[in-house]
Amino acid sequence: MTIFVDETTKVVYQGLTGSQGRYYGLLNRDYGTQVVAGTNPRKAGTDVDGVPVFATVGDAVEATGATASCIFIPAPGVHDAVIEAAEGGVEFIVGITEGVPAHDEALFYNRLKRDFPDVRMLGPNCPGIISPGRCNIGITAGHIALAGGPVGIVSRSGTLTYQALYELKEKGIGCTTCVGIGGDPVPGTTFIDCLEAFEADPDTRAVMMIGEIGGSAEEEAAAFIRDHMTKPVSAYVAGVTAPPGKKMGHAGAIVSGGKGTAAAKMEALREAGVRVGLNPTEAGELMVEIVAEL
Amino acid sequence: MDLFEYQGKQFFAGYGMPISPGEVAFTVDEAVAAAERLGTPVMVKAQVHTGGRGKAGGVKFAATLDDVREHAGNILGLDISGHVVGRVWIEQASDIAEEYYASFTLDRSAKKHLGMLSVEGGVEIEAVADENPDAIAKIWVDPVDGLDEATTRDWVTAAGLPEAAVEGAVDILGRLYESYVDGDADLVEINPLILTDDGRVHVLDAKVTLDANSVFRHESYAEFDGTQTRDERETAAHAKGLQYVGLDGSVGVIANGAGLAMSTVDVVNQVGGSPANFLDIGGGANADVMAGALEVINNDPAVRSIFINIFGGITRGDEVANGIVEAIGRVDMRSPIVIRLDGTNADEGRAILEPHLSESMHMAPTMLDAARQAVALAGTSRGVVL
Repeated sequence: MTIFVDETTKVVYQGLTGSQGRYYGLLNRDYGTQVVAGTNPRKAGTDVDGVPVFATVGDAVEATGATASCIFIPAPGVHDAVIEAAEGGVEFIVGITEGVPAHDEALFYNRLKRDFPDVRMLGPNCPGIISPGRCNIGITAGHIALAGGPVGIVSRSGTLTYQALYELKEKGIGCTTCVGIGGDPVPGTTFIDCLEAFEADPDTRAVMMIGEIGGSAEEEAAAFIRDHMTKPVSAYVAGVTAPPGKKMGHAGAIVSGGKGTAAAKMEALREAGVRVGLNPTEAGELMVEIVAEL
Repeated sequence: MDLFEYQGKQFFAGYGMPISPGEVAFTVDEAVAAAERLGTPVMVKAQVHTGGRGKAGGVKFAATLDDVREHAGNILGLDISGHVVGRVWIEQASDIAEEYYASFTLDRSAKKHLGMLSVEGGVEIEAVADENPDAIAKIWVDPVDGLDEATTRDWVTAAGLPEAAVEGAVDILGRLYESYVDGDADLVEINPLILTDDGRVHVLDAKVTLDANSVFRHESYAEFDGTQTRDERETAAHAKGLQYVGLDGSVGVIANGAGLAMSTVDVVNQVGGSPANFLDIGGGANADVMAGALEVINNDPAVRSIFINIFGGITRGDEVANGIVEAIGRVDMRSPIVIRLDGTNADEGRAILEPHLSESMHMAPTMLDAARQAVALAGTSRGVVL
């Protein structure tokens, strides 16, 4: 089994008519994802390489039975796009767009929680989600992932996620689902959401977690692992040597004072029984050991 | 984007918060002229993007114009934690009866806005939080609901502000929240918020950080972008649209993706080297972006070797390799390069790089190997053309 998405997931792409949306939307379709629709209020009735375009997500859901949406529209429109997707009736929203203002993220996060508690948001500023061999929504290169199991992956970083998928594939280890939660201040889906889902998924027997400096999401994840996870976890936290107060690319990756340091996060994870690697390769090797012991 | 105190005060004044009359000055003469217009006594305050100004001698009371001349002369050019003071804010002095602390920021765990208010203002709030956490009254504001007056009033009462300050504080805190949301701020902080001898609540200092992602709806923020503290390298990289952070080592780092770039910096440190920078060229890694990145790193005199760390995802390794070859052809490189290329079509990419390998261009199979080589080269290279 997988978490959040599988071969039955039908996806509508908000921004399918734009260059990025078209490129990745069609790549996702080539991978096997059910890409059922796109939206653009000015291009309703047209199609993108055979994928019908509707004015709104609501129209697309009604016509195609779409269950998920993937957002590729520019940052200024993301807040409204998220609300439109939720109102339109999808249950899962993937926000790829980067550069969304933090206040917009806080606003749609809390709106969804209040008015659409059953809708799951992933991202924004994330690479998306892939259940190898079944469904790929977003910008992950599908062929770097090996289908099957037993590993589930959850990560705050895009390229490090790809690195993890690739290293596991090279070692012949498959992945149930790989979730990129993104590096922004208010991610719709957190480490804990994914860990909880992986813990409940019978095919996922071990979890690899890739964190970053800043915030306290890794510490919270460590507490969850300690109290609720029976499956083994390996982890890596990027930014071990980042100087305080410097913003390292991702909006979320900033160390303030002594808080949010990689050292503190790694210590919390170790105390929760997680095997922590000092670099991505080491974390991959630790996962190979874990899988061998299963 | 960090604002200087005076920019933060002007930002607050735009939302109707009471600030003292003042002027910014870049020279001693300008400071004296400003004080003459404002009328003494005044405060002479260093404008830098760092804390601890008072302790460093960057904030002085001036009773006379001669005092202004003396203090401005001392403060301009002063080094405060690595920030050299280039401008001072001259402001009418206030009679302070009491000092409070007030701020709003995003609580990433709660995913709500966090307001903090304390009667123990004028000092580092971290110290108050450590030593006397009960002295800080916190409220969490759901962005969907916003902050209403009744809640603000309860909050002010809970913080224990004296009766004389309640009305003024309620008014200022409402405006502070408005400025925080409407202005897309990551942080708005008033420390101290003061009660004057004649009973007015007043903004005496301002710390504002704005969300750079929001500039599309705030045209005026271009001005603040121009006054960010960046070293020469960061300025050059920023102009090229690169995600660059200057560090103080000798191994230049280029990687695609923020996580991988951070990880590259980590690995260089772990094998005993010191990175000169963090540089994320994004997922694409075409020749133009790569050439721009190489130029920025090549112009850093401290760099002795360069570690290019690329993982091909959607962007294929052969495309990236062609980009690297073209970029290196365009830039006259001073330092040797070590490339680690992995992921999609990595074999094809390595085959493209192979004929170009030399004493000044190396390839390594893994991140760790590449880091070791780059660090070894940084130790031997003198940073001249090899």
